[in-house]
Amino acid sequence: MTSPSATQYGKTSPLIRLILSAFLIVWIVLAAFPFLWTLWGSFKVEADFFSKVDWTFALSGERTIAETGSAFTGAGYYGAWVQEEFWRAALNTMIVTFFVVIISLTLGTLGGYALSRSGFRYTFWILIAALVFRAMPHITLVSGYLLPFFELNIWGILPTTIVVLVAINQPFTLWMLHSFFLNIPKDLDESALVDGCTRFQAFRHVIVPVMWPGVITTGLFSFLLAYNDFAITTMLLSQDNQTMVPKIGSFLGTTQVQGNVMFAVAAVVSATAPLFILVLFFQRQIVSGLTAGAVKG
Amino acid sequence: MPHRAFFWFILPSALAMLLFIAVPIASVVIQSVHIEHPKVMEEVETCGPFNCTTEMRVDAEATAKLKQAEPLGKFIGLETYFNRNHLAIDSVKTQWQQRDGFFSFVRGLYNLPFYKALSFTLVYTFVVTPLVIVLGFMIALAVNSIPKILRGPAIFVSLLPMIVTPLIGSLVLFWMVDANGVLGSAIQRIFDDPNLSLKASPPLTWIMLLVYGVWHSAPFAFVVFYAGLQTVPQDTLESAMIDGASRWERIRFVVLPHSAPLVTFVGLIQLMDNFRVFEPIVGFNASASATSLSWIIFNDLFGQQQLFGSAAATSLLTILGVCILLMPVLIRTWRQNNRVVA
Amino acid sequence: MISFKNTLLTGSLLLAFAGTVQAESACGIKQGTISILGNDFPALHAVVDAAEKCAGGDVTFSKNHSKDFKDVMIAALTADPAEYTSVIVNNGVLVTLMNDGLVKPLDDLVAKHGAALKKNQLITVDGKVMAVAFMANAQHLFYRKDILDAAGVEVPTSYEEVLSASKAIQDKGLMEYPYAGTFKAGWNLGEEFVNMYMGTGGSLFKPGSAELDINNEHGVATLNMLKSLTEYMNPDYLTFDSNVVQAEWEAGNVALSNLWGSRTAAVLDDEGSSEEVTSATMFTAAPVLGGGSTPSTTLWWDGFAISTNTSNEDAEATFIAMMNGISSDVANNNADEAVWLIDGYTPGAAAVGVAETAAAGAKPYPMVPYMGALHGAAGDELSDFLQGNEDAETALADIEAAYVAKAKEAGFLQ
Repeated sequence: MTSPSATQYGKTSPLIRLILSAFLIVWIVLAAFPFLWTLWGSFKVEADFFSKVDWTFALSGERTIAETGSAFTGAGYYGAWVQEEFWRAALNTMIVTFFVVIISLTLGTLGGYALSRSGFRYTFWILIAALVFRAMPHITLVSGYLLPFFELNIWGILPTTIVVLVAINQPFTLWMLHSFFLNIPKDLDESALVDGCTRFQAFRHVIVPVMWPGVITTGLFSFLLAYNDFAITTMLLSQDNQTMVPKIGSFLGTTQVQGNVMFAVAAVVSATAPLFILVLFFQRQIVSGLTAGAVKG
Repeated sequence: MPHRAFFWFILPSALAMLLFIAVPIASVVIQSVHIEHPKVMEEVETCGPFNCTTEMRVDAEATAKLKQAEPLGKFIGLETYFNRNHLAIDSVKTQWQQRDGFFSFVRGLYNLPFYKALSFTLVYTFVVTPLVIVLGFMIALAVNSIPKILRGPAIFVSLLPMIVTPLIGSLVLFWMVDANGVLGSAIQRIFDDPNLSLKASPPLTWIMLLVYGVWHSAPFAFVVFYAGLQTVPQDTLESAMIDGASRWERIRFVVLPHSAPLVTFVGLIQLMDNFRVFEPIVGFNASASATSLSWIIFNDLFGQQQLFGSAAATSLLTILGVCILLMPVLIRTWRQNNRVVA
Repeated sequence: MISFKNTLLTGSLLLAFAGTVQAESACGIKQGTISILGNDFPALHAVVDAAEKCAGGDVTFSKNHSKDFKDVMIAALTADPAEYTSVIVNNGVLVTLMNDGLVKPLDDLVAKHGAALKKNQLITVDGKVMAVAFMANAQHLFYRKDILDAAGVEVPTSYEEVLSASKAIQDKGLMEYPYAGTFKAGWNLGEEFVNMYMGTGGSLFKPGSAELDINNEHGVATLNMLKSLTEYMNPDYLTFDSNVVQAEWEAGNVALSNLWGSRTAAVLDDEGSSEEVTSATMFTAAPVLGGGSTPSTTLWWDGFAISTNTSNEDAEATFIAMMNGISSDVANNNADEAVWLIDGYTPGAAAVGVAETAAAGAKPYPMVPYMGALHGAAGDELSDFLQGNEDAETALADIEAAYVAKAKEAGFLQ
């Protein structure tokens, strides 16, 4: 046993290892199967992947062969990316997620830091208020935004959506970063204060350098929120500015045009690829981040 | 931290929340105690492509005048909260008086839209939340015990249920669990019942939604717990090992206590999110058998007849519900906070 | 922060510019803003795309096709100026807009630019043209000729015959679930209720009032027929919307269905189905109920309306553009996508079902302001009855109770 886990937990009996591995394999299959099924199916036509006749059509490609002449077709990808210009939506998603993450984290670190360093009673109430805010169903909020946004003529554009996503995500960001900052010893910034720094200087020079792990983890959740949001983006963005998820929703339509459903499936598979790279890239930071952070709850 | 510095640090974040959450909540509170003005109606001839008929219509001008005088609508206090589509106080009272055993009372209650939604919402919250915590913890332990080189892919795959957008995730799963679908027919084979359909019966639909909920949320718990495991103090673990503690004992007496705050955190977020369950019900076309509070709000806002007051009342009842659920956590935080101050 | 915002604004501005195509206006519009909101299906794409050809020069054009267009519609038109100059509406949607006075009378514009319109395209309320219709739709009977022949039954003309034909098909072992309906809880189920009720000849409301009049023998007959139909339907019927029914049909699992006329072309095309199914698929009028003569269905139209909060200039530009969108060329080039009401359109084979239904005297979907409240209440409350949890009278009482609460809140009932 030379694997790193061995140093962490000491020797593990082969039986327990076996049980754990078996459990993990079951979970991996459960987690991955629907996605792999989608990946496979994205190269079929609708009548196969969503077959009402026999699910094995999705494997054999019965109708795909009948309609396209081969067992695999890239029609879904072509339709989504070329015909329906999914790249525009991808670009919009990049813009939205980038700014949501950056702004969320900027506001969240400032606020979270302040909440963790102030001993006054109102910090508790601010945190509780944030929790209550988070309990508000998003659809109610969004339906309330519509009229003011139309009247101010700011409906449909990306900045509005970014600001709304940031605001809606603030309670979670605040809570997470607040508990993270609690874990950074107070002595650090207090000694800076003693040395004559202002609060902001202390934050800037002492706290910022050590806060990245927690910030990156919080950023992951902000990222996922902005990336996956449907309720807000679908209501607040005009058709030209749609991000990926509402665009995928629009492929489904009311009266689904045949084949468009497969655009959606292909688009979903495409939309997952960047996440794979992202997770692999940030894997270590994500872990070390939460390590220092949320632990305090 | 002095008040002044605190103020400037928290300002941007507080401003964002105030403007986009607190103000809407305030307007929702006002909305929930008003209904629309009585519509001024008139009978007019309406002609379409198929025929002409005499039909009622709203005199928009006259109604607009009423609205101008009192823009908020007609004040009715808490009536909306108590009407048949919400807490249904009157129906509940009569049903209690005419009850014919406890079971029939519950059945009658279940016939009312709010209580029907509440029952699924509560079941969903209290089944999914603990299962997500347990499953997430087990996955975290398992992933933590494999060689480092495999962990990256394992983390990615474990995150998949959370990152594939629920919109498509539920669409694909909806077809997979169809009686003709790959999972649906597998289940039929397992239970040896060719007529078994997950979508047809309410209990099976509930189970399907619960399983989906656990599957979808487990990754969140997993990420948090997995990270928590990285911080388990090495020296404590080693001394436990020297004392001859078995693996189970080490988990029981070192890892679990260490992860307790994380369990609170995950539980808090999950209770909240599960109480607002909505997307799976739409994704699985399940509203015939299972509705939730959020679904009722959606139905009032975007259904055939827009009812802002109704939606507002249900939204506030949802917030109230979340507050009650979170009460134990809030009290605990309050005590902790007091300790800090002291 | 500030630099982020600037980058953001510049970015979105650039995108906005990239989106506009510069060209000369082809429709004789000098200037104006045209923006159209509508549902998301091929017939409307054809209309709006044709209208878009009017863009260019000083005419700016934008469109938003969304299946959730109703969700943003009210707010978008309440703002002044309205976000959209025109909304593509149907019977139900127009009433919603008129309740709040959000669409303007079109009489002047029709007189000036509407020479090509037929009289029956004009939706007039109290003598004023409120919308211009361009296509019709209705749920009507789809049937599989080969299966009916094999079962030895005639094409059903009443729901009683639909039941007996379904039974015959089941008894012969031809199909397990021969009938399919759009019974998904919510809007679809509400629509099935309204459709079936129309066949009883009863009226939904007490004359001249918003009071419901369904808790009677008509209502019971409606519910009982809906329930009887479910015996021949796939047990998942409460999750079946048009998409699922179409898929079932194309898979050859179903022999009879009361499905939307707008689905005929999609069912007949070469995608998703086999020759065996498409060649035997036929359409006819919706069945009647209980010996009545009115088909148990409702007629729908789609048309365009123009926002109140729009300048006269923009309204005129929009009207001209939409008239271009609903030209006879558009109709004939998309003959199978819809049953067009447009002058000079030659109906395709797929239009026969809607035409026969209208000819048989089916009623249009009621344009009364409180129809939405009833439709919603029926769609939500009926699933309990169909699942066998309560009897017809209780279900009707439930619908009524839910309706009353909604109608009171909306100000229709006191």
